[in-house]
Amino acid sequence: MKPSLSGLFLLLCAATPVQAGERYFVLQSTTSVQNSGLLEHILPLFTAQTGIQVRVVAVGTGQALYHARNGDGDAVLVHDPEAERAFVREGFGVLRCEVARNDFVLVGPRNDPAGIRGLDDVVDAFRRIAHSRALFVSRGDDSGTHRREQALWRQAGIELGVADTSWYRQVGSGMTATLTIAANLSAYTLTDRASFLAFSHRRELEELVRGDPRLENLYAIALVNPERHPRVRFAEARSFRDWLVSPEGQAAIAAFRLGDERAFTPAARCDADTGSRR
Amino acid sequence: MALGQPILPLEVRDLMVEIGGRRVLDRVSLTIAGQGTTVVLGPNGAGKSVLLRTLHGLVKPVAGEMRWNGRPFGPDVLSRQALVFQRPLLLRRSVVGNLVFALRPRGLARGERQRRLAAILARFALEALADRPARGLSGGEQQRVALARALVLEPELLLLDEPTASLDPAATLVIEDLLRRTAAEGTHLLLVTHDVAQARRLADRVIFLHGGRVLEEAPASVFFTRPATREAFLCLAGELPT
Amino acid sequence: MDELTTAFVGAAALILGADPALLEIVALSLLVSLSAVTIAALLGLPLGAVLAALRFPGRRVMIVAVNALMGLPPVVVGLFIYLLLSNSGPLGALGLLYTPSAMVIAQTVLVMPIVVALAHELLSSLHEEYDELFRSLGLRPAAVLATLLWEGRFGLVTVLLAGFGRAIAEVGAVMIVGGNIAHLTRVMTTAIALETAKGEIAQALALGLVLLVLAFTVNLLVALFRQAAMRLAYG
Ligand SMILES: Nc1ncnc2c1ncn2[C@@H]1O[C@H](COP(=O)(O)OP(=O)(O)OP(=O)(O)O)[C@@H](O)[C@H]1O
Ligand SMILES: [Mg+2]
Repeated sequence: MKPSLSGLFLLLCAATPVQAGERYFVLQSTTSVQNSGLLEHILPLFTAQTGIQVRVVAVGTGQALYHARNGDGDAVLVHDPEAERAFVREGFGVLRCEVARNDFVLVGPRNDPAGIRGLDDVVDAFRRIAHSRALFVSRGDDSGTHRREQALWRQAGIELGVADTSWYRQVGSGMTATLTIAANLSAYTLTDRASFLAFSHRRELEELVRGDPRLENLYAIALVNPERHPRVRFAEARSFRDWLVSPEGQAAIAAFRLGDERAFTPAARCDADTGSRR
Repeated sequence: MALGQPILPLEVRDLMVEIGGRRVLDRVSLTIAGQGTTVVLGPNGAGKSVLLRTLHGLVKPVAGEMRWNGRPFGPDVLSRQALVFQRPLLLRRSVVGNLVFALRPRGLARGERQRRLAAILARFALEALADRPARGLSGGEQQRVALARALVLEPELLLLDEPTASLDPAATLVIEDLLRRTAAEGTHLLLVTHDVAQARRLADRVIFLHGGRVLEEAPASVFFTRPATREAFLCLAGELPT
Repeated sequence: MDELTTAFVGAAALILGADPALLEIVALSLLVSLSAVTIAALLGLPLGAVLAALRFPGRRVMIVAVNALMGLPPVVVGLFIYLLLSNSGPLGALGLLYTPSAMVIAQTVLVMPIVVALAHELLSSLHEEYDELFRSLGLRPAAVLATLLWEGRFGLVTVLLAGFGRAIAEVGAVMIVGGNIAHLTRVMTTAIALETAKGEIAQALALGLVLLVLAFTVNLLVALFRQAAMRLAYG
């Protein structure tokens, strides 16, 4: 089988069009920054300035961090501060910086069966939904949004899975699919603002609770620790992180709009405790 | 001729074959020697095909012995035989391709191979068909190719299992003519047939098989004029299906 | 139905306009899936022939296993290959994760059981037909395998098409090991998944229609080729 094995090798090589000397790194990102179009908007600006290509693998926050722990990817761009800090604390990540923010929105049907319209306390709203047993659709996919929603249920003292929770539907899907299901079921759901702005059937769902600080949605970048995974492209990933928090990067984020609304607010703030690598 | 010594005379003693626990050849003894054509006659299910396949090494006997010029069956014996099946079993390639396919395991020198191919194509009047796809030929033509494929091996013993069973009379006569010439050139033919008339035309000797046993083994002139058993008599009279 | 119309119009525009972004994705889809099918053919067809023609201990177990593996979900194959190719996995040093090579490997694993099982099925019946002829002519095992593969060549083309169909249509495995990176590992199916996730249903459907046209074209070309070759072989 000698000839076919070498043929196999040739095919494998032929199938990998990697130009020698091309500078790139792999960014494990959450889906909302890709699906909303933010990355498509800012990455060409970064590449034009630095010549570095960004290879984006867009997955849920949980999966992105899991990949990064395995050393698959050079940076993460996600939105779960608690998990990100653990990622850094456990030595997998370094140089975490918050780069942008927007907020989560509790949306639901116009007839608002749980009567939460206009509340400014999201935990109270969650409690009312549970008590009225109005339909609620959950991402159920260990994404940043899903994790936030679960934290809010905990704060509301609702133990899902204990009592009858037929009103609570975990769909295990991305944000757009979840919004579509919620619209079709006339159900409530928690969404990030960018996905909601990009959602094409927005009229069927209404933004009911906003402005609670507990709905803040912070996007942050962290680099994979090269001491843990020596093969990472640290320099390239580092320049992206530095660019994101620089005035140009922040301006690029601010310039991104969905319709006439700004989807992300620039928010540059780097953690102090990541000085292990300058 | 290929390596080794002649495989004839063949002595078969008390050969027993069982298939699926059923005895299909029962203490078969026979002798095949010299030149000529030996015809195996017998009704359906008598064991004629099984006998041919056993002699060709495709079926293992449970008891008894075969002595090929004093030696047991082996690859050298096989290489001096050829078998023509009832169906042509041609491969999806040209007529010549089929002949080459049969020759290749023999590992002949190129010149020898070319000589045999040319000779066999000429003798079988296959030159015009040589490059035609074999499976596209008529039934008679295909059986002619199957016979050529066997004879290009220049066997000492040619086994034939009802080679004309599905052919029309004209095609049958063509094949018979080729068989007669082959026998005349020194290849011993062991021919299974259903066709008593064909047996009369071709046989020098007859082996009459019935229920897995050899009931008669006699020169053709004797068998066809004075069969020794009632079964053979009925067979010749056409009252037993043969 | 509004979206269906948009999808058809969008598909037509994509194809007629020879959209360069689309061409890039189509080319990569074809490259990855054809490579996978080629490798699966080089390894799987001989294996199918071995299972059909030779008798050895463990053969039956292998046949059952191969048949069962035909139903393997692509996502499971993707995860398995991911764990192998991950920087923390045994083959991480090769640096293949998130490259087209990784996608080729995943699709090869996915396609191989189909190729082996269907080839075995087809060649078994051929072997049954020709076994006594092969033994009569004193063919050695290697020659038997080669002959079966050659005799079965027209049917085996269909087997490979079935494998190609599975490869070009699957999304789970290439999504995981390729990462759906724009301009690098984005193929038709992952692009469709992305458009769906973005809520661009019409665009997703349009891409789906392009994929259909692509699969149809490949099948048509192979069918024409096969017909011509068969006419040569059978007259
Ligand atoms: N592969 C097989 N499996 C089971 N039984 C078999 C097999 N081959 C032959 N037999 C049996 O052995 C007996 C002899 O069969 P054989 O084919 O030799 O008959 P035959 O004399 O050639 O008959 P026919 O004139 O119909 O060709 C029959 O009873 C047949 O059923
Ligand atoms: Mg018979």
